[in-house]
Amino acid sequence: MTEPLDHPAARALAERHRLRPWEAIPWLLALGFYFAFPKHLGFGTELLVTVLFALSLDLVLGYAGIVTLGQAAFFGAGAYTVGILAKQGIWTEPITGLILAALVAAAVGLGSGLVLLRTQGLTLLMLTLCTMALLEEAANLAHDYTGGFDGLDSLPIAPLLGRFEFNPLYPTTQYLYVLVVLFVCFVFVRTLVYSPFGQSLRGIRENMLRMHAVGAPVRGRLVLCYTLSAAIAGIAGGIWAQANAYVNLGTLGLDRAATVLIILVLGGHGRLYGAFIGAVAYMVLSHFLAKIYPTAWQLGLGLLLVVIALFARNGILGIVAALGRRPAPRATS
Amino acid sequence: MSAPLLETRALCRNFGALAAARDIDFRLEAGARHALIGPNGAGKTTFVNLLTGVVQPTTGAILMKGRDITGVAQAERVKLGIARTFQINRLFRRLSVLENVYIAVAERVGAAPSMFRPAGVRRDVVDESMQLLETLKLSGDAARRISELPYGRQRLVELAIALALRPEVLLLDEPAAGVPSAESHIILDAIDGLPRDIGVLIIDHDMDLVFRFAERITVMVSGAVFATGSPREIAADTEVRAVYLGRTGHG
Repeated sequence: MTEPLDHPAARALAERHRLRPWEAIPWLLALGFYFAFPKHLGFGTELLVTVLFALSLDLVLGYAGIVTLGQAAFFGAGAYTVGILAKQGIWTEPITGLILAALVAAAVGLGSGLVLLRTQGLTLLMLTLCTMALLEEAANLAHDYTGGFDGLDSLPIAPLLGRFEFNPLYPTTQYLYVLVVLFVCFVFVRTLVYSPFGQSLRGIRENMLRMHAVGAPVRGRLVLCYTLSAAIAGIAGGIWAQANAYVNLGTLGLDRAATVLIILVLGGHGRLYGAFIGAVAYMVLSHFLAKIYPTAWQLGLGLLLVVIALFARNGILGIVAALGRRPAPRATS
Repeated sequence: MSAPLLETRALCRNFGALAAARDIDFRLEAGARHALIGPNGAGKTTFVNLLTGVVQPTTGAILMKGRDITGVAQAERVKLGIARTFQINRLFRRLSVLENVYIAVAERVGAAPSMFRPAGVRRDVVDESMQLLETLKLSGDAARRISELPYGRQRLVELAIALALRPEVLLLDEPAAGVPSAESHIILDAIDGLPRDIGVLIIDHDMDLVFRFAERITVMVSGAVFATGSPREIAADTEVRAVYLGRTGHG
């Protein structure tokens, strides 16, 4: 008998969290973008925020299998936390502001998750949508604090680390700031999904009944995952508000929630880097399609989504993985 | 005499007007090889669901080693040592065979809540999972996804996940169901090879399997215990034969 860890399957499991060389590529590209396209850093910042938001969705949808249409509720909660605190002159320091945004969004995630995650499937989907709609309406009604439909603009955000100003015309600070925050959040999510906890989330996604039968506290795990994901979405929303010095009802809207879902499906869910690929593909495509067909650009995106849904359920990364998969040699015992 | 490993007292469960379990008094001894048989709709699966805590009884009690566990939740019963397999595979289909077992072992040893260390760092969990696959002669398939396996080997993974929980009570719900006869010997061999200290309750229609394996048989009909005895007694029981011969085509 061979030592168990000599078995390829055991080794693969024991080493799957190790960094691979290609994982440096997205970060090098992001840094390269900073130097190559100094005039497009506004677009770049928006892109990185979208990646971060899609990453938060990947944690709940791709790994835990929680089908949600209300992820923007947490994005908006984070954005309004930053916005209201800054506008009222209570808190303008960006980094601690992000932590506050994460805490508020996590609280919303925990509160709603405790109720929502008792349900599954279509009921769950509708309830996530309702939660977001309720928050949006609340933000609309609380005009004195949120600016209602007009939102809050010209937010006074303090310089980063007391030194680097957020200049809306030359968003160099914003870009690097968002990149660093994205990196930190990515390391967190990556660690999480390769941990035993992440493995149990995959188990819940694949077969909830069986997870109950192996004695897993399924609901607790889901609520925890939902809360963490909400916190990350809250950071994405908060940093978006800081970078734009602006927050409006759109941060809480179905448009944003649906877009991030499309991005993740496009890129490939449950694969970490699907958020990157999807966000780049979506934003670049919509940019060019809008140039070519100013009136009907969404039609092109829609068609692409239909093709992906029909022929490539695992998104762009799924196609790449299928192409790269060589016939694996069967191990013998 | 000491308390039995698992015991039910006057267990009843109604679904509306349907009495799916009626006054079931049942004992499973430590190390037992016990079979539960009965025609379709006799309430066998409901009984398993009652024992595992998926369904709460309407009245009656369930005891494990003399301790009342009627109100104990499903996850807690697993910790107490009650594990089951499913009649229809409930596996983590897009994960590898090794990962399927890893998940169960990680739950049992309490590694699963750990969030900040890679799963592979828990070598103890990986090793134990691998060794279990080795004993079930599944290690050759460890790297393969469940969806790539033939059905018979998938049934074996069902068993592996349950054994990963190191149960004292193992409930096997039709372990060989749907397995082509050419492959069924791997399931039967695996059941034969189960550790002797586990109390096994096997629920099945397949009389060959039941009589090969069981040292004691309980017959259920219409939600109630119809007869209990040794295989020889049950085989000779004319009323049991009447129940089976009178209702053909139950599969």
